Amino acid sequence: MISQFFILSSKGDPLIYKDCILDLRGRSGGPGWEWCPRARLYRWLLSCSSTRSVRGDSGGRDVAELFYRKLTGLPGDESPVVMHHDDRHFIHIRHSGLYLVATTSENISPFSLLELLSRLATLLGDYCGSLGEGTISRNVALVYELLDEVLDYGYVQTTSTEMLRNFIQTEAVVSKPFSLFDLSSVGLFGAETQQSKVAPSSAASRPVLSSRSDQSQKNEVFLDVVERLSVLIASNGSLLKVDVQGEIRLKSFLPSGSEMRIGLTEEFCVGKSELRGYGPGIRVDEVSFHSSVLLEEFESHRILRLQPPQGELTVMRYQLSDDLPSPLPFRLFPSVQWDRGSGRLQVYLKLRCDLPPKSLSQELSGPEQKAELGDGALHWDLPRVQGGSQLSGLFQMDVPGLPGPSGQGPSTTAPPLGLGPASLSFELPRHTCSGLQCSPRRGPHIVSELCQACDGAIPRSPWSLLVHPALQGEGRYTGERGPRG
Amino acid sequence: MPYLGSEDVVKELKKALCNPHIQADRLRYRNVIQRVIRMPKLDQWGQAEVLNFLLRYEPRSEEELFDILNLLDSFLKSSSPGVVMGATKLFLILAKKFPHVQTDVLVQVKGPLLAACSSESRELCFAALCHVRQILHSLPGHFSSHYKKFFCSYSEPHYIKLQKVEVLCELVNDENVQQVLEELRGYCTDVSADFAQAAIFAIGGIARTYTDQCVQILTELLGLRQEHITTVVVQTFRDLVWLCPQCTEAVCQALPGCEENIQDSEGKQALIWLLGVHGERIPNAPYVLEDFVENVKSETFPAVTMELLTALLRLFLSRPAECQDTLGRLLHYCIEEEKNMAVRDRGLFYYRLLLAGIDEVKRILCSPKSDPSLGLLEDQAERPVNSWASDFNTLVPVYGKARWATISKYQGAERRGPELPDTASFATSGPLIPEENKERVQELPDSGALVLVPNCQLTAEYFEKTWFSLKVAHQQVFPWRGAVHPDTLQMALQVVNIQTIAMSRAGAHPWKAYLSAQDDTGCLFLTELLLESENSEMQISVKQNEPRTETLNSFISVLETVFGTIGDIKS
Repeated sequence: MISQFFILSSKGDPLIYKDCILDLRGRSGGPGWEWCPRARLYRWLLSCSSTRSVRGDSGGRDVAELFYRKLTGLPGDESPVVMHHDDRHFIHIRHSGLYLVATTSENISPFSLLELLSRLATLLGDYCGSLGEGTISRNVALVYELLDEVLDYGYVQTTSTEMLRNFIQTEAVVSKPFSLFDLSSVGLFGAETQQSKVAPSSAASRPVLSSRSDQSQKNEVFLDVVERLSVLIASNGSLLKVDVQGEIRLKSFLPSGSEMRIGLTEEFCVGKSELRGYGPGIRVDEVSFHSSVLLEEFESHRILRLQPPQGELTVMRYQLSDDLPSPLPFRLFPSVQWDRGSGRLQVYLKLRCDLPPKSLSQELSGPEQKAELGDGALHWDLPRVQGGSQLSGLFQMDVPGLPGPSGQGPSTTAPPLGLGPASLSFELPRHTCSGLQCSPRRGPHIVSELCQACDGAIPRSPWSLLVHPALQGEGRYTGERGPRG
Repeated sequence: MPYLGSEDVVKELKKALCNPHIQADRLRYRNVIQRVIRMPKLDQWGQAEVLNFLLRYEPRSEEELFDILNLLDSFLKSSSPGVVMGATKLFLILAKKFPHVQTDVLVQVKGPLLAACSSESRELCFAALCHVRQILHSLPGHFSSHYKKFFCSYSEPHYIKLQKVEVLCELVNDENVQQVLEELRGYCTDVSADFAQAAIFAIGGIARTYTDQCVQILTELLGLRQEHITTVVVQTFRDLVWLCPQCTEAVCQALPGCEENIQDSEGKQALIWLLGVHGERIPNAPYVLEDFVENVKSETFPAVTMELLTALLRLFLSRPAECQDTLGRLLHYCIEEEKNMAVRDRGLFYYRLLLAGIDEVKRILCSPKSDPSLGLLEDQAERPVNSWASDFNTLVPVYGKARWATISKYQGAERRGPELPDTASFATSGPLIPEENKERVQELPDSGALVLVPNCQLTAEYFEKTWFSLKVAHQQVFPWRGAVHPDTLQMALQVVNIQTIAMSRAGAHPWKAYLSAQDDTGCLFLTELLLESENSEMQISVKQNEPRTETLNSFISVLETVFGTIGDIKS
């Protein structure tokens, strides 16, 4: 049971604050005690600090402030996920730069509460188009309306988009930034160009509930395969750890009740023992499906049937570890030279992208390539890397007094001790690591059949299926951890 | 009452789940559970809520228990972590007499937990890691084959890395020790000093079992000559030597030279202790201590000076020739110049001890140099699953047991303090009593079926009217000593949901109080307390608006317990 819910911006400004007081503390501070004949009891309630802070005039602003003060003043070894003050627990998640915070005074299930917070984040994203400081402050009325429906005196009523859309009256305010990209997708004389088949990247960030009068409501389905890859490579180049977390995400703008079938490739197999077909197949270790997915045909034909509610939904999650069928997208070859006399450290990094030339890694941080030294680490940002290309960087640092392996000459190729591992994080569109090879033109094999809706009641307009597979990865190469003296 | 799905039926079912009549009838109960869990409208929040409710039911027979477990089995495979963890908790509690079932459940929940541990949401990941640690306390080998899942990645926040290091430290076994140590060694040179130190302490923890490998790694770390690393390594060595005497030789060889890289108090104390206790094996120990004595005037930490005194005296016993002069200078400084009283007293004490003769000093100072049994004791801290089953899927593992204890103690104090409205959890918690409320319940052992409603608040006028319209249902006399403290009494009564309507001032003669309470069926209990000045007896008269003897008796016993408790406090 939640006592309060609020959203803070990344700087700590309260954007949304909702008091769901059915808390006893609130009740005792509410009407019902004024008549109490005993002045002492009255005084107790008034002097009780938490009563005051909850019922204060500032409308809960001080609770939010208290949270932010605690968060920023937290000692390093404590986790900020759950914090307490008096007998109030603060539980929060960070989502797209916002803090979504719930307070409770009960010993509640942390999993359910965190799940609820992230579900709220998704819901708000669905209704406002995207989640961010700007969209929230533009849609304050809508957000409050939504929260009123979802949280009934601190208890969850429903979080399904289907149910909620009956109650929500406010329409989302969307600001459409002018984008050249939109223009470029319009072909000559309205002809379909190659580009118009590809949705602009902002297409998925629109509210689920478009206005009722809107004629041009498109029946669109966005299907993303997102994988997070974390890799650990030993200094001799062998893989120490490979971990792939994949998700099939669906964002549906279809009218509710339409059925959808997602066909996975027949070679898709789960677990180590199972093998299907002749080829190597796509193998994952573990799969879990959303509760709305019907799995009758999954065993025989690898077809997932579902009636997606409008909005975002994670259809399937899968994990794969250790045996990676496809090679890693990047290889890093580090070498370190260290001049002991002058304390000069030379780090030579060579990065090779083994992908086909057409694929690009997405922009990481900025348009410019830059390298900087800070926090005791060297950061090298690359905006994009062309497939099949090779990049190298030479970094020179003067580090006097670095301890090294003893008993060697002044200039040596042996790296000094205490040089940490190299870590690599990247984002790759149109590439997945799971299963077999993924060709960017055909989309990943994991989604090989087009979604077919077969509900007669719905007008048969061509639904566009947009596939945005993406790979986010983080590799840690411990390559330059050299031999020790 | 939380709202489940959209239909009132669900509410009804939930009520039924708490209805003792239905719980008494096994088949009916099973039907109700079946109906509830097959409700199509029951979303994940509803499921979590229902699982929470089922915790209150205690199956009567083994057969029934397994029936329920089979019915609920599908919840363990839910895609929502909240539901899976709720189901796990329910299973662990229901199967508290069947350890093999509990282990089975924990095996089943391994997959979802590991998935949550590597989930994109850091917060979920953190909560999952805390629960993994909780499980590891009871089943040390449970996650050993998945140790790679707990390797840290560079971009993770600090608190997750620290949890992962703790987990790694606990799941280590013969097969993965090499890889885990290799990984931990990588963390020791991390950019963040805190994280590096946590990793070194973790290696120290593993060293209790795999001593040789760990001591070798720690010795290598000394070669880095980094201050923050050296100080932690030396502290780890000190703890290790105390617990595992077999590594003393290796540690003594590693120590020379590291005094140059230690600046902080903790590290200095550890090094001086090691030099004092094992100084006879370290050739240059007297000279290192001599350096410390030279700089003792600029020493800012009294604890270091005290440690230095003890260490030098110990070393003097084994290597008198090299230490005599230094010890003399240190004692002189401590007694004549030192301003800190504790240090000066310690100096004087050692001085007088030396005057008593060297044999006396040996007898007193030469304590054992290690205590391997302590390490064994710590290993045995493996706790049974039942000790934490009721904490599973709550905030307790997330805060950590120790921190939770301080939090709930604080809250308990606050609740017993002036402000006592938070008693609803007590009244509604039913058979499953949260840990924190247990002691309070023990105060009321035989309150039976009586459940008093917390916020029953009558107006004084209404009370007066009702009081005069009813007849006295019960009168009793309790022994009582001394005067009444109205505040204490009012507080104690509030804890058991009895409300005070009016009360005389303290010390008034005769002293009177009027109380009211209401149970969950709506039956009112109005009570008058009367204390005559000369009597050592409290006379109570209870009036009831529905004549029911069994609840009346329980109410009287509640009152009796309260008076008994207050009497205890006073005496």
